[in-house]
Amino acid sequence: MLSIVVCVKAVPDLTLADKIRIDPDTKTLTRHDIPLVINPLDRNALEAALVIKENQEAQIIILSMGPPAAGNVVRECLALGADQGILLSDPAFAGADAFATALTLSKAIEKIEQVDSVFCGRASSDGATEWVGPELAIFLGLPVVTMVRKFDITAGNSWRVKADIEDGIRVVEVELPSVFTITHEVNTPRTLSFSGIIKSRKKEITTWGLNDLNVPEDQVGLKGSPTIVSSLTVIDSKRSCEIIEGTQEEKAAILINKLVAAGVL
Amino acid sequence: MIDFTFTEEQELFRKAAHEFAETQIAPLVPKMEETGRDWDPAIKALCDAEMMAITIPEEYGGLGLGYIERLIALEEIARVSVATAMMMQVGGLGIAPIINFGSEDQKKKYLPGLASGEHFATVAVTEPSGGSDPKGCSTTYKKQADQYILNGRKCFITNSHFADVQVVMAVDVDNPESFSTFIVEKSMKGFKATHEEHKVGMRGCNTGEIELKNCEVPAENLLSEEGKGMRVAMASISDTGRGGMVGCSLGLQQACLDAALKFANERILYGKPISKLQAIQMKFADMKIDLEAGRLLGYRAAAIQDAGGRSGNEFAVAKYYTAEAAQRAAKMAVDIHGGYGCMEEFVVTRYLRDSYVLGPSAGTSDIMKVIISRWVLS
Repeated sequence: MLSIVVCVKAVPDLTLADKIRIDPDTKTLTRHDIPLVINPLDRNALEAALVIKENQEAQIIILSMGPPAAGNVVRECLALGADQGILLSDPAFAGADAFATALTLSKAIEKIEQVDSVFCGRASSDGATEWVGPELAIFLGLPVVTMVRKFDITAGNSWRVKADIEDGIRVVEVELPSVFTITHEVNTPRTLSFSGIIKSRKKEITTWGLNDLNVPEDQVGLKGSPTIVSSLTVIDSKRSCEIIEGTQEEKAAILINKLVAAGVL
Repeated sequence: MIDFTFTEEQELFRKAAHEFAETQIAPLVPKMEETGRDWDPAIKALCDAEMMAITIPEEYGGLGLGYIERLIALEEIARVSVATAMMMQVGGLGIAPIINFGSEDQKKKYLPGLASGEHFATVAVTEPSGGSDPKGCSTTYKKQADQYILNGRKCFITNSHFADVQVVMAVDVDNPESFSTFIVEKSMKGFKATHEEHKVGMRGCNTGEIELKNCEVPAENLLSEEGKGMRVAMASISDTGRGGMVGCSLGLQQACLDAALKFANERILYGKPISKLQAIQMKFADMKIDLEAGRLLGYRAAAIQDAGGRSGNEFAVAKYYTAEAAQRAAKMAVDIHGGYGCMEEFVVTRYLRDSYVLGPSAGTSDIMKVIISRWVLS
């Protein structure tokens, strides 16, 4: 049976983005009262795994690192059809950058008995570094295909995938186990269902902390993060509306002048 | 201490219903509005998403959930389309009497199909003489060998033209005090859906008349016992019907608040968004107070029901309050839009029209007051 690990991040609900603030001291996002949701591209990754499971015998394991509240996001993934969930939650993991996150996730994946492939969303909607998938592959010593837009899966130990590159699409054949980062083009994720939620009652979420993983404390969380956020700035965008009067030709001329003056043209 | 919080699972049900409404129902609304028909895709979506299975016990293929979960689903769907929520709510109203009063054979025959969406239900009580006086029912039944013969007309029946399982109340042709309810199938000889209504709001929600002309209903389709029909119909309307209307009203209240808030944050007057004006803020406060109070009333009534109690009276209070509040919310939302509130491309005009259909459904506000005062005096 194929075993797919889907890495899922709990991110603030960006439909409430106007409520997110930046803490000027810590240079981090303050997310009070903003619910956590599945990172949108991770939902595409989960959907890709679910489609594979519909066509062959497979189990899907959700792996997420975050505060205890992220357990709700793991539960949601189980309701969508994943089989089991693992939440990496420990105060020592807090403040991790992409590097420390990938390292911690890799230690958890090493603990899972059988892993044939690892799916990640291409990027998270909050950090958006796109590093976790490739770094995870490095730590695990596995091949990685980034920006996957289509899976062409046949029985056997190698998968053919189409993946985006800067000026086109490449077709890659890769042997399992491998890591894949997935774009939104790959599918349209299914919606939650009431019966899926009911079925998920019987599915387990396991929580692992620092002591459950084979990793020193100074390599995880903020201590293990080489990234330094030197500053974060809120871009203040103000709108204004000006009605241009005149004939069509006059209005067009005035508009062009204004766009040139504004440096747009 | 009373716990007013939803469980994590109930929050997930809300999310599921929200996603369903946004992705499956919202795209259908423009066509339903334009034609006043085109309900088929919405009905199919409701069935595919197992929305009709929510309260049906698991042993009959349902999800085995309760009034709270049904209310959550209706609220989220009504936020997007009150018309769709209305068809779902009345579908549930047709299912409830079979769950609560049906024989084992009737449950086995009808509930699995109603849960899977193969069939859709409704209740037919109201007649041209009115729905608030069910004892004025003039649709008759007469026992004849191994079947009942029904004759009469029912009007303002939601789902009239597509529901293939209809719970119909009738009076004994020989005894004006004896009311009975029957499970009538659309395919039964003598059943006909006739006139389709064109309502001011909830467009796309099927409402119409049915005609029963020597309609032949097998004896085994009698629900409960002969003479107990008033109890069957009223119990279902008071719990499931009013409870469902609370969901429709709460969803519309939320939609009004959302639309008004969005507009007020974008509309600039005197150099600032009108949401900064105290006159507008007072309206938001009123809408929020109504919404919070309505939710407390509605979900409390649902919780009583789920705990095994009866909450027809509590639902009457909640139905009165939320239907009135939805009408207030729609008017305030239109008022906040100013002149734009008169333009059909602004969704609040639909909300205003929809809000006025909430009133009479499952009993007018005046009838709710009659029920509530009866409760007080009892």
